[in-house]
Amino acid sequence: MDYIIKIENVEKSFGNEHIVKGINLDIKPGEFLTVLGPSGCGKTTTLRLIAGFEDPDAGEIWIDGKSVSRIPPYKRDVNTVFQNYALFPHMTINENIAYGLKMKKVSKSERLARVIEALRLVQLESFGDRKPRQLSGGQQQRVAVARALINNPKVLLLDEPLGALDLKLRKQMQIELKHLQQKLEITFIYVTHDQEEALTISDRIAVMNKGVIEQVASPKEIYESPSTKFVADFIGDTNLFEIQISPTNETNVVNLFGTKVGGRIREPKSLTKQNYLSVRPERVKLLAHGEEAPYFLSGTVEEVIYVGSFIRTVVKLQQGQRIVAMMPSKGDHLCLPGDRVRVTWKEEDGIVIGQ
Amino acid sequence: MEKTSRFDWISTSLKASAVLIFLFIYLPMIVVVVYSFNGNAVNSFPVLTWSVKWYGVMMNDSALLASLKNSILVAVTGTIIGLFLGIPAAFVVDRFSFPGKTIFERIVLLPMILPGIITGVAMMSVFVMMRVQLSLTTILIGHGTFLIAVVMTQVYARLKRLDRAIEEASMDLGATRLKTFFYVTLPNIKTAVIGATLLSFTLSIDEIAVSYFLTGRELTLPVQIWAMLRRGITPEVNAISTLIFFFSVVMIVIVTRLNREVD
Repeated sequence: MDYIIKIENVEKSFGNEHIVKGINLDIKPGEFLTVLGPSGCGKTTTLRLIAGFEDPDAGEIWIDGKSVSRIPPYKRDVNTVFQNYALFPHMTINENIAYGLKMKKVSKSERLARVIEALRLVQLESFGDRKPRQLSGGQQQRVAVARALINNPKVLLLDEPLGALDLKLRKQMQIELKHLQQKLEITFIYVTHDQEEALTISDRIAVMNKGVIEQVASPKEIYESPSTKFVADFIGDTNLFEIQISPTNETNVVNLFGTKVGGRIREPKSLTKQNYLSVRPERVKLLAHGEEAPYFLSGTVEEVIYVGSFIRTVVKLQQGQRIVAMMPSKGDHLCLPGDRVRVTWKEEDGIVIGQ
Repeated sequence: MEKTSRFDWISTSLKASAVLIFLFIYLPMIVVVVYSFNGNAVNSFPVLTWSVKWYGVMMNDSALLASLKNSILVAVTGTIIGLFLGIPAAFVVDRFSFPGKTIFERIVLLPMILPGIITGVAMMSVFVMMRVQLSLTTILIGHGTFLIAVVMTQVYARLKRLDRAIEEASMDLGATRLKTFFYVTLPNIKTAVIGATLLSFTLSIDEIAVSYFLTGRELTLPVQIWAMLRRGITPEVNAISTLIFFFSVVMIVIVTRLNREVD
């Protein structure tokens, strides 16, 4: 079996709002897949379709080779960690975690043993008799993870599980979740709008926008060769320029403002009527006096901002557009606003993408 | 100096008015309670002899006891009807949207808002028109109209605050809808249901306006007291009023406690 979950042409509307517009996604056993996108892009709905809280209007979802259309959530071999944890307020932590086993009619003694094990897994051994409201946000989050994992699901669904935590705790929990996933070898499907989080924890990222999956790839590939303008823009910072592509285009050369610059076409068939050149700020190079380069653009330094490990330089090009360059702050030469400079980049760092 | 003295004047008069308002509300009740222990058959002040004999007289008044039994019967059955129709109604309003939902919400509340006299007259007309004998059953139906509304509003208010995600979490963890209701939903609205039960019972026991119009041969307690009063205020009425008063206070305190517990 190649896939633990297969999503095929799934669509979902609420009233007049078409939220999920025909998505296809194959998820491999044991992988950490993140569905990344801005709010309202349909990522949470996609997760709810897998969990069974919503039924697709069209298309099919398979979990472990079985079609799950019309199978209620309580019969699906997946468990969910909810956005605000959704712990049962009237039950103790022990009772919360044991709930799934109780529903499966697991004997009381086994339940107890497995709850203790689950509490150890999330480092909350001494909290079993407390009520959820007596725990901090981070602790509640761990309880929610333990409550889901105790059922040994084939897939764990996580809906923005760290959204309510502060930045420092969130970063720590990201690592913990990643380690937990590697240790247990369970498939994680993780929904988030935080691109940095997605890059940190995922094996693969599915970038969603307006109900469509725009690209599914490893974090490196998503960042280094985005397939659409949206992906390039949403993940990390980038410089985007509109360009024209002619059929007789030479390889690795594109025409920008009448100048021939380096740029590789990622996939000829991904090109659309309107195309863009994307260059990451840290790949933009400011040329020193007398330095040679096969191609460059000229402009004036508009702004130089020191951001600790990096210096962010905004250059206003002759043609009026702006380009941002990020350089290590240890760099040899510093520009000042008003300086005339030339900027360039390597051929492979200019990426030509469609709409 | 002048400022402080004026401030004192204001705060003293505020305190005094608070006491007056309190007396205005509770003095009549206190008088009833005191007179219920009056040994004399005539309500007179000061009380010369103290006695609990009116409680004894009350206990031997078969008509009064019969009406008390009727009232409890109506209140218990009415509360059960209110729960069985009011709780599902609360769920329907909370969980589903349907055309005319807002109107439904208002109409259901109407019997609670309308003066009892209007409900009473209206229902009596209908029963007479349909040639239905007025009896405890007709009183029960009359009480049912507002008890459903009481239960619905109490339970609906709680459901609105309930995080729906916990029900999804329950189903996600393997519980069917029915199990989810009993293990997760009900425990979280339990206090609202208990509160609504006590409130319904108290309201039904105290109710007179609707009952008055729908009474056949069997009387409920308030109607019976009303009938006794037509022969003059007897110390016996003071005794039964005292008991009802303390019963109601205890119920209201419990309801308030239950509602506060959740917040």
